[in-house]
Amino acid sequence: MEKKREMFAGENGLQGDPRLKAISEAIRVVPHFPKQGIMFQDITTLLLDHKAFKDTVDIFVDRYRDMGISVVAGVEARGFMFGPSIALAIGAKFVPLRKPKKLPGEVISEAYVLEYGTDRLEMHVGAVQPGERALVIDDLIATGGTLCAAIKLLERVGAEVVECACVIGLPEAKGQCRLNGKPLYILVEPRK
Amino acid sequence: MYVYKCISIYSPPSPSLSSLSDHHNRRLPCVPLSESNPVVHLRQTRKRRGSFVVSLSATMSACKDQDPRIHGIKTKIRVVPNFPKPGIMFQDITTLLLDPKAFKDTIDLFVERYKGKNISVVAGIEARGFIFGPPIALAIGAKFVPLRKPRKLPGEVISEEYILEYGRDCLEMHVGAVEPGDRALVVDDLIATGGTLCAAMNLLERVGAEVVECACVIELPDLKGRDRLNGKPLYILVEYH
Repeated sequence: MEKKREMFAGENGLQGDPRLKAISEAIRVVPHFPKQGIMFQDITTLLLDHKAFKDTVDIFVDRYRDMGISVVAGVEARGFMFGPSIALAIGAKFVPLRKPKKLPGEVISEAYVLEYGTDRLEMHVGAVQPGERALVIDDLIATGGTLCAAIKLLERVGAEVVECACVIGLPEAKGQCRLNGKPLYILVEPRK
Repeated sequence: MYVYKCISIYSPPSPSLSSLSDHHNRRLPCVPLSESNPVVHLRQTRKRRGSFVVSLSATMSACKDQDPRIHGIKTKIRVVPNFPKPGIMFQDITTLLLDPKAFKDTIDLFVERYKGKNISVVAGIEARGFIFGPPIALAIGAKFVPLRKPRKLPGEVISEEYILEYGRDCLEMHVGAVEPGDRALVVDDLIATGGTLCAAMNLLERVGAEVVECACVIELPDLKGRDRLNGKPLYILVEYH
């Protein structure tokens, strides 16, 4: 019988960890960005707090260092701020997943749905090999559309997505715990 | 592996010294010492108050066979011809990121240079500066500040325009991220014409920070971006001619 797996770090091994509270408090909420009604979770203030930023990376590194992960895929652009440090610490390669026409070489591309319209995420051909164990990282998960596209890119080249990791998980992500069957791991809930 | 040869000459006093080194960022013509020595640049160096000596030292880059890690880094950078348009030989660092040792060596070279130099902020230029900047910032105890294209940063920003080959673009920084007196490092993957780095430096100086140095993995020296940095030092790992 599979034990129910919690996706928030505070319910999954890090109960009462004071680092989580400091990380949450370092995140700034910007109301009505990019448009009315959206309470934007701004991680740039977390990056200004060296200890909290380091703790963020360390928590992910502690979780993933013994999972045999060979690739960390970071979603442009805020995934680039967290992914490389994790990759370096666990000895994995870092693969940027980018908006269209940014990557210079041959790419594969996956579409995903936005509130209005669609966008695409691209990955370099040859960056990831079949059988590699991958971690996907982004700053925040909302509907999960971008992360789903990221998972699909990696699976299309034969990699196994071990987990998706985000600093912040919005309410829309709650109750999912899994994304396309892939586990989610999230450090903090959004601030009001 | 520096080769020093001191010649005393009189020169006017320099406007300011970088706290990082005593080298002024004024380039004089290359003088090869001999066929067996690496090509070096003449630099003015303040030796004692009121007088200067000219010493020969390696250009401010880790290349020129000085560090054994450089060769591994250089070979991992992929050149993609005719991207984004015909005639441009694009320096692709994503292949460097696929080699954990070479990527780590890249970061280590920067960290070794900047650790213990009281750098309080690392500013990275969107988007590839976001890949190199944060690991450096974390290792040296500095905060990381992303410098972004317009309308990406959610809070109040200051904005600096810069010239492109055709048209203009703009770089933004959050108000309050950097404070007067902060000592800053600017990081990007590559310097070409230097326009973006110049805009980055302007943003930091406008809020009262001191730009200590600009650091890039790659320089395209033929584009003379180094000369657009208003005398600020530039540190690079590899050159591509």
